[in-house]
Amino acid sequence: MFSTESLRIAVSGLIANRLRSALTMLGILIGVGAVIILVAVGNGSSRTVQKRIESLGTNTLTVFRGSFGRGRGGRAFVGTQSRQSQLSLGDVTALQNKANAPDVASASPVVNATVTATYQGASYSPQAFVGTAPTYFTARAFTVAEGRFFDQSDYDSRARVVVLGQTVVGQLFGTQDPVGATVQVNGVNFAVIGVTAKKGSNGPQDQDDVALAPLTTVQDHLTGVGSLNQILVQAASRKQTTAAQDEVTSLLLARHRIADPTQADFSVLNQATLLQTSAATNRVFTVLLGAVAAISLLVGGIGVMNIMLVTVTERTREIGIRKAIGARRRDILSQFLIEAVLLCVAGGVAGVGAGLAGSHFKIVGVHPAVVPYSVALAFGVAVAVGLFFGIYPANRAASLRPIDALRYE
Amino acid sequence: MAAPPVISLSRVTKVYDAGRLSVHAVRGISLVIERGDYVAIMGSSGSGKTTLMNIIGCLDVATSGRYLLDGVDVRRLDDERLAAVRNRKIGFVFQSFNLIPRTTALHNVELPLIYAGQRGPERRRRASAALSTVGLGSRMHHLPSELSGGQQQRAAIARAIVTNPAIILADEPTGNLDSVSTQDVLGVFDQVNAEGRTVVLITHEPDVANHAKRVVQLRDGQVMEDVRQAPVDGLPPRHRARTQQGVA
Repeated sequence: MFSTESLRIAVSGLIANRLRSALTMLGILIGVGAVIILVAVGNGSSRTVQKRIESLGTNTLTVFRGSFGRGRGGRAFVGTQSRQSQLSLGDVTALQNKANAPDVASASPVVNATVTATYQGASYSPQAFVGTAPTYFTARAFTVAEGRFFDQSDYDSRARVVVLGQTVVGQLFGTQDPVGATVQVNGVNFAVIGVTAKKGSNGPQDQDDVALAPLTTVQDHLTGVGSLNQILVQAASRKQTTAAQDEVTSLLLARHRIADPTQADFSVLNQATLLQTSAATNRVFTVLLGAVAAISLLVGGIGVMNIMLVTVTERTREIGIRKAIGARRRDILSQFLIEAVLLCVAGGVAGVGAGLAGSHFKIVGVHPAVVPYSVALAFGVAVAVGLFFGIYPANRAASLRPIDALRYE
Repeated sequence: MAAPPVISLSRVTKVYDAGRLSVHAVRGISLVIERGDYVAIMGSSGSGKTTLMNIIGCLDVATSGRYLLDGVDVRRLDDERLAAVRNRKIGFVFQSFNLIPRTTALHNVELPLIYAGQRGPERRRRASAALSTVGLGSRMHHLPSELSGGQQQRAAIARAIVTNPAIILADEPTGNLDSVSTQDVLGVFDQVNAEGRTVVLITHEPDVANHAKRVVQLRDGQVMEDVRQAPVDGLPPRHRARTQQGVA
């Protein structure tokens, strides 16, 4: 009785009320689908952050001009300061000195130029045109896709060479091979010597929309000699980033003759730490999204219970007949329980389908990454919800006294 | 015969508690029904006949007194055993047919066998045999909504006899039928009894009671009159051998 017959009776019960069954399933479908999609969105966004950490180089520090206004004493150095804050090549050299900063592996000067590059009529303004030293490539974890990166001799000889990111190549050259070509950058000829490997997008920032040239060349031809925009510091290892940050801070304070650290005219950003914090935030975010979705699953379950209660009331007379001809408590119980679980299983299967399909789309700028456990969990919870919310109505049906049930009109 | 009577009631009472008031529906009925008998229980409404029927059918439990069904005291049985008793020893026929909707006549008749745990082709064979007995062999795949009242009631009788129970209990089985269908259904009861099954039916129509071998009159929850119209061993008084098996 328990297996095939109960199943048959339950299925025919569901088919008898197609629309109602479908709507009830929809509740479960939405719940299960929402759990899968929202957890996938959360997971997708933490993966993006993870990638960002890796693409930045895991153990880098960035020194910026001015203060970010940390702490109470901090002030933004925007124009009102009498002395314009400076980061100089001297600072870079000091940081490169092992005696001063033993935990620093390299320090690369960075200047940013706003340029328009043209090639055979095509013209494009990269998001970042960076003048820097060869150590920058290692620190930022760039890899060569084609050609080569510029080296110390290019740097020293102020060679007019440039390394392009994939996006810039696409914009200027289309499918042509850029290596060996000459591009005009703000009217100055630069030889393209290399292309970086694709790094992908990093939130709103396309990391391939970049062009890199020796600092010396950029200062000669594009920006003029002035303050550096940033110094990119690479710590000797990931564990040494904090020590390196302390060394950089105290060294620069000393060089800039600032006694009070809260008055610093620069700030050191430990990006890995920042992004790890954001990854942790993301995890909380994922859990929250999952919880919201779980609530909708719960609501779907209550819908199942509601419908099962209606069904039991509607079929009270049928229950009476069944009992009169010899159905036992457990026959009636299993009939209605199976009906409830079937609703949830069908809704769950459809929900998994919808969730997996929905995860193929980009949602609020995030490519969802389906977490296998969330699929299993959502489906399992849907079935459990069916059992849990089916038990009360089924038990109510099974406990009806046959004469009361038969008298029911 | 040493076999115990199918039904043995002694001083059975049933009291319903309706708030402060208690209603004595059955006030001490003693009744013995032998195997093979055909009993009509008559009485006006409120005479306690339906209550008595529910007690006999194990749908309800007596407040006091003793009830032996096939020699077994049913008051000592738990829920599970009562279900088994209803399944194997009793076949119910109701006034309003009570077939399960959206389920074919055949499947309706199969249901008691399903609950008895019988499987496979044997179940189907027994169900279709029972339907043939009541003359519905050709309409077994129809839904209740596609059958006339008389046909529905005959399907219900087929469902009652399919487990080969000790008694067939019918509560006003012709109450919702026209005169032609009534004769039809009573003919089926006569035949079922002629085959040796015990039949107990409740009615308030003397015409229906005339088919029985014994008529019990109830009034105010007590037996007023108990008349035997034909011997237990013989054929029912109005029995005519069915010459045609088929749709009547």
